[in-house]
Amino acid sequence: MSKTEIDHISGTETTGHEWDGIKELNTPLPRWWLWTFYITIIWAIGYTVFYPAWPLISTNTKGLLGYSSRGQVAAELAAAEAAKGGIIAKIASTDVADIAADPELSRFAIAAGHSTFKVYCSQCHGSGAQGGPGYPNLNDDDWLWGGTIDDIFTTINHGIRFAADDDTRISEMPAFGLDGLLDRTQIEDVASYVLSLSGKDHDAAAAEAGKAIFADNCASCHGEDGKGDISLGAPNLADAIWFYGDTKLAIMAQVNNPRHGVMPAWGPRLGETTVKELAVYIHSLGGGE
Amino acid sequence: MSIFDKHEKIETNATLLLVLSLLVVTIGGIVEITPLFYLQNTIEKAEGVRPYSPLELAGRDIYIREGCYLCHSQMIRPFRDEVERYGHYSLAAESMYDHPFQWGSKRTGPDLARVGGRYSNEWHVEHLIEPRSVVPESIMPSYSFLKDTPLKIENIAAHLVANRRVGVPYTDEDIENAAADLAAQANPDADTSGVEERYPKAKLGDFDGDPTRLTEMDALIAYLQMLGTLVDFSAYDAEANYR
Repeated sequence: MSKTEIDHISGTETTGHEWDGIKELNTPLPRWWLWTFYITIIWAIGYTVFYPAWPLISTNTKGLLGYSSRGQVAAELAAAEAAKGGIIAKIASTDVADIAADPELSRFAIAAGHSTFKVYCSQCHGSGAQGGPGYPNLNDDDWLWGGTIDDIFTTINHGIRFAADDDTRISEMPAFGLDGLLDRTQIEDVASYVLSLSGKDHDAAAAEAGKAIFADNCASCHGEDGKGDISLGAPNLADAIWFYGDTKLAIMAQVNNPRHGVMPAWGPRLGETTVKELAVYIHSLGGGE
Repeated sequence: MSIFDKHEKIETNATLLLVLSLLVVTIGGIVEITPLFYLQNTIEKAEGVRPYSPLELAGRDIYIREGCYLCHSQMIRPFRDEVERYGHYSLAAESMYDHPFQWGSKRTGPDLARVGGRYSNEWHVEHLIEPRSVVPESIMPSYSFLKDTPLKIENIAAHLVANRRVGVPYTDEDIENAAADLAAQANPDADTSGVEERYPKAKLGDFDGDPTRLTEMDALIAYLQMLGTLVDFSAYDAEANYR
């Protein structure tokens, strides 16, 4: 141990060592820093008393405040629901058609349905509900499975061809070409006939030949006049709205080996109240019947 | 000389310094290592979580191989905004059979912890081939090659064994049937009673739109479609698992 030595320039203690004539100052830590450090240690001890911290054999200390992040999120969600002034409970207990008829409830339901739509529906139906190839446009009045508010509610609640839901809407168009029900010429003819239904350019002779094929094979679901059947989800073929394309090739591809749209059942995931809000919102977009 | 000036004694005595350093490291080590022996009591009691089916496991490998975790997390944190957007916050039980877990640390894309059942298989195929065909503002790369790459399945049983060694409760029966279960799950015409019994809630059928081939796309979509679907939250006691 060396004797305390004071550096005469700075007035500070040195460490007492000397290396090649160089001495090191033993400047103490600033007091404010040191005391802040001690306070954080005391704070940390208090923290472990008030909040969950120490592991025990089969559990952990819960802390005097009883805090848990999961409890907090439950409380926040409950507070958010309470802030909505019971309107959620009213929607939950009201029939979906009556919600649309009530101006106060429908205003709330449309706003809530809109925000739900942006999170869960826009990936397929588009951010403006305009749809896309294979995904229906929800702004128009052409409905595959019905455009009344109850139909829309059922569709959202149980989905389309969604295997996990027992009440889902199901229909399946036969693969006329792949399964050998129609040969290639017949498929071409019937595609020409389908084009003629909506007055598009088509081969008149082939369409004439396709008329009988359509009556025998297609009319039972799509109707004699090709206007479709919403109880089967069979699209209207006589309008200008096309699901998988409006060219002869696209129609032939669909007759040959049809694609079938699948929509998840949202009832189990979002809950019935949110599905009601969505139905009211979709119905309000302009095409609702 | 106050107590705070005594450090000189330690600093000038190599043996004492060594002994005290070891002591500090030991305490630090205990604090970090001991909790690992109590992992079991951090896992909630949640019904329904099961090991991955062989096809899902193969899909999970592709998920890891392609680095999906770099942009997608699988961890819904217990915050109101996350719960309202993605669904119930993730439970430890839901990733207890993940080796390694796929929680991720960065969301360039959305969280995928509950993506299962949220979209149709067709949507996933279109989206993986060309993300912008369904989500115009997406910046995700195309993974169209998955649809053209046959799934490698030769070593799937060994893969289950490897998982069992690190604690996943695959039975001998699971391992024996691994290759058959993998093929059956993706084949719409196969007898799937074995898969359904061993792996409840597994999604069955063709996933990539081409039933004649078993591709990496099939496996990846089978994995995505089961994410977050195993626990029935209507039967889950949340309050007993507050933490």
